[in-house]
Amino acid sequence: METLERIIAEHPFFAGLAAHYTDLLTGCASNVRFDAGTYIFKEAEEANEFYLIRGGKVAIEVFAPQREPITLATVGEGEILGWSWLVPPYQQRFHGRAIVPVRAIALNGKCLRTKCEQNHDLGYEMLKRFAGIMEQRLESTLFQLLDVYAVGR
Amino acid sequence: MTTVVAASTQSMLPHPYAVQQVLKETADTFTLTLGQPNGVDANRFQPGQFSMLWVFGVGEVPISISGDPDEPDHLVYTVRSVGEATQMLVSRRVGEAVGVRGPFGKGWPVKEAEGRDVVIIAGGIGLAPLRPVIYEVLHNRQKYGRLVVLYGARSPHDRLYRTQLADWARQRDTQVLVTTDFGGSSWRGHVGAVTTLFKYARLQPERSVAFTCGPEIMMRFVVRDLQTLGLARENIYLSMERNMKCAVGFCGHCQYGPHFVCKDGPIFPYERVGSLLGKYEL
Repeated sequence: METLERIIAEHPFFAGLAAHYTDLLTGCASNVRFDAGTYIFKEAEEANEFYLIRGGKVAIEVFAPQREPITLATVGEGEILGWSWLVPPYQQRFHGRAIVPVRAIALNGKCLRTKCEQNHDLGYEMLKRFAGIMEQRLESTLFQLLDVYAVGR
Repeated sequence: MTTVVAASTQSMLPHPYAVQQVLKETADTFTLTLGQPNGVDANRFQPGQFSMLWVFGVGEVPISISGDPDEPDHLVYTVRSVGEATQMLVSRRVGEAVGVRGPFGKGWPVKEAEGRDVVIIAGGIGLAPLRPVIYEVLHNRQKYGRLVVLYGARSPHDRLYRTQLADWARQRDTQVLVTTDFGGSSWRGHVGAVTTLFKYARLQPERSVAFTCGPEIMMRFVVRDLQTLGLARENIYLSMERNMKCAVGFCGHCQYGPHFVCKDGPIFPYERVGSLLGKYEL
């Protein structure tokens, strides 16, 4: 049987994380599922969780008046959903909507923030990993803004 | 000398072809099928080569051949309407004439890729010059390893060859991943830069050869990520685009550092052009 601890340890985001940190993370984790079409979180909500996606796909959307929501990015298996829990004011910036059924591990951000404050080594590990995710997302977003496939680019 | 001049003159003469089919791919992109009126089988080409297409009285443009190398009875081009000549080209009706010179240039090294996995990374209309490679691999499945196609488009509506992408994805040992820069609520595929697809790709870098075509800025980052993943730089090829006019290396319009893209390319090993990619002046 797959334990939460093992799932977390084997998730690519936590590759190479020391076992005692995995133990700490497991205390803040729970298994979750979302049906297709479900909003996992919405813009401006309190950001109390992030997710290790185990299967499925989530659209990160922004609301635009009088038009359908715009999908800015998608995240899927092996990826991380949500980093607003880490940065004050701990508020969701965008919507997260399951495009297809999603299986994930939810990590409680409040619980994890407390542990990171108590154990700065763990906090640094988390920051390094999330900084990498932010860098990748930023680069992808910059490419999208460049609109490189448009005529004359 | 006389022979050289004669050969050059011959390559400068457009041959009249008849439009057999015009297929709308996206709002501004069309695929034209051209056949020689007399049905002469003179259309052998290497995947990655291009032709100069004449719209008589308007002008001439370089367009990559996007058809099947195993179907030499006609030539297929996917054209994006961005100027007067291309606008006139995609407005041709069935039976009307288009002048064709070529094929020209060096193609993708499909023979050298035999026995290896073939990884294709395309952006926008850059999928067109790579489609012949996909045909080649799928027609000769036993000669190649895994085929991985990563394709980025501006939006779901801007994807080329939508039916074929779905068909290719169903072939054995073939993985096709598509992403778009923007997605609406009905789009269930990926959204993000084409490089974000690498994490989903079933790559075996040590036994792969990669072919990429798209905007240069895209290719620069694709090459960076391929190398980070462990692909050797000598196994990376890219398609360059410059202002090609004569197509035979005489006029110099397409000079790219020490190379003429029309004659020495358009397909280059990364090793030959890598140092030029970041040069602003080129």
